[in-house]
Amino acid sequence: MLTTLRFCRIAILAIGVILVSSLVPTPGVAAQKVQVEFWHGLTQPLGGILENVVAGFNASQDKYQVNATFKGSYPETMVAAIAAFRAGNAPHIVQMFEVGTATMMAARGAIKPVYELSKETGVTIDPKNYVGGVRGYYSTPDGRLVSMPFNSSTPIAWYNKDAFKKAGLDPEKPPRTWEETWAAAKKIVATKAAPCGYTMAWPTWTQYENFGAIHNVPLATKANGMDGMDTELKINSPLHVKHLQVMMDLQKEGVFKYGGRDGKADALFPSGECAIFHGSSGMRARVVREAKFNWGVAMLPYYKGTPGAPTNSIIGGASFWVMTGPKRTTEEYKAVAEFFQYISRPEVDAKWHMDTGYVPITLAGFALASGQGYYIKNPGADIPFRQLTLTEPTENSRGLRLGNMPEIRVVIQEEMEKAFQGQETAKQALDSAVQRGNGILRNFERTNRQ
Amino acid sequence: MRRRVIFPNKVLPYLLLAPQLAITIVFFFWPAAQAIYYSLLLQDPFGLRTQFVWLENFRTILTDPLYLGSIRVTVIFSTAVAALAMGTALLFAVMADMGIRGARIYRTLLMWPYAVAPAVAASLWLFIFHPSIGIIGRGLNDLGILWDYKLNGTQALLLVILASAWKQVSYNFLFFLAGLQAIPRSVIEAASMDAGPGRRFWSIVFPLLSPTSFFLLVVNVVYAFFDTFGVIHALTDGGPAKATETLIYKVYTDGVMNLDLGGSSAQSVILMAVVITLTALQFRFIERRVHY
Repeated sequence: MLTTLRFCRIAILAIGVILVSSLVPTPGVAAQKVQVEFWHGLTQPLGGILENVVAGFNASQDKYQVNATFKGSYPETMVAAIAAFRAGNAPHIVQMFEVGTATMMAARGAIKPVYELSKETGVTIDPKNYVGGVRGYYSTPDGRLVSMPFNSSTPIAWYNKDAFKKAGLDPEKPPRTWEETWAAAKKIVATKAAPCGYTMAWPTWTQYENFGAIHNVPLATKANGMDGMDTELKINSPLHVKHLQVMMDLQKEGVFKYGGRDGKADALFPSGECAIFHGSSGMRARVVREAKFNWGVAMLPYYKGTPGAPTNSIIGGASFWVMTGPKRTTEEYKAVAEFFQYISRPEVDAKWHMDTGYVPITLAGFALASGQGYYIKNPGADIPFRQLTLTEPTENSRGLRLGNMPEIRVVIQEEMEKAFQGQETAKQALDSAVQRGNGILRNFERTNRQ
Repeated sequence: MRRRVIFPNKVLPYLLLAPQLAITIVFFFWPAAQAIYYSLLLQDPFGLRTQFVWLENFRTILTDPLYLGSIRVTVIFSTAVAALAMGTALLFAVMADMGIRGARIYRTLLMWPYAVAPAVAASLWLFIFHPSIGIIGRGLNDLGILWDYKLNGTQALLLVILASAWKQVSYNFLFFLAGLQAIPRSVIEAASMDAGPGRRFWSIVFPLLSPTSFFLLVVNVVYAFFDTFGVIHALTDGGPAKATETLIYKVYTDGVMNLDLGGSSAQSVILMAVVITLTALQFRFIERRVHY
């Protein structure tokens, strides 16, 4: 028995060795072109559309060749890039999710900020072309771009018009405030128009990160971490406690249903189970394909009477980072800069937006899509952009820069789960989230001290 | 009874061993040594700033209530998975070993789950037990039994135990069946003279199966410790509220998601020690007492 096992192990390892050796890149056909490695974390069909953008750049000129490679989910891509950097072999460009921003920014020496790239290569990349809420997320406090914005989304409200009608609500009047949202959700469940009135995906993103931005209250001190690593979470304010308490109460009444972490609740809206849903604007293609009912979209709600609400929402998604390496040449950096300039062209931005459902990140891209009649043909497709640009970003709605944010997101989800399970009160859950989150922030500060 | 083979050539045996040794060193000893080294460091993910902190990472982990909670989950999880997977497999093997009609078909069908990748297996279970899209999950809720493993920790743990055990039943079944068939018929027939099937099983068959059982026990515990990652990852992500976060899942979360290399390495080192101890115990002490 043991010999067999050992044999299997050797066989598996041998296969592994063969696989690894076959992965070593062979010299490309177009060896005379400057080669740029680009690692991304988008699954199909988005990954294919991104690779088409890259192919468009390669076809647009004959000096540079960008090679796009899929490296798994965002966290997997991040780990792959980190491992490659440690081995002295980082890709030129890596796509990184928005919550990895603080980690990347702290890795000075591993990355080359976009403003530096632009200055060194003489290729202009003007931050002013970008929407404030997008630009702010990836810029230094004084407004210089550090990473290259690309695929951005923002959470919006999706609602089932058929269920609204059945419940006696006006399907053309989506709730504007949380009070109206809860009333509508209650009515939908009471009249059995849908089994569940309300749910949300990406609980931390929708209920804390964007909830804070829209109500113009901080998620964390120091402008949500933008002004320094010595930041602390602020999500146990009376407004936050009240909001969690309402959700806990409505969960008991069967009006609100917790659908799980991250994107796990996404299925609950197109299946018709939950009539009001807060989730990514990037759901559009899926809802179009799967929903067998009339639906609409609206901006995220706010609690009536909150000063400053509604403020603009913040983004999710990813940006492109330039990585350094011992063997980089000026020509390679130049190629990267040219590629960045290409993807920020209005026609590329508008096409990406219309093909995928991500928001346009440049004002010119939005104008172009608008001019082509896209929003007339697709009612509501402009809502994410309008919500994102609703006001000038404040220090609570510019974005977040918290170290180890993916871990903090999980902590907040865990504490919400404890509250929904009845293990903790709303106040206890949020106090504990703040305390654990601050521990994570202090660890980050300690490991990344300059 | 030990036989010694004397090789006249001093170099040849090492040469023959070299490929295996090279693989062991590259894939086992080197990473293990690196894990030990990193467990003593405090480092940012890119390796730009490194501090040597001695055993601080271990101190942090062992005083962390969340880590202790994870140990508790792992013990419950592993015991349940091993017991369930082995118990069910033994039952099936005994039944398939009897001369029932179509035994061959049952045997073949019972081996299938082993060929299913953990993540795929988890997806299958998800489609059965998901509270809103799963057949049984919906059924339970319709019957008035509140089933929601995304919020109920006990249910989540139960679900990952079931899914993990289900995948391992095939493997155990194969070994038990082989073990049963290796028992000489004459012994069973002699016992049939004055004992019923139950007595026969417990007094003759079960003791004779003990080498297989002990081998499977180690394999199953190791499986529950290390190979159930895919199931947990696809079904619960360690949640809700850490209810299904086993030690190996925590190593992944802390190392890959949270990029805490030192802490994650320290946890790996602890796990490594656990496995070495388990295996050593098994082969040193328990196996000697097993009746072959």
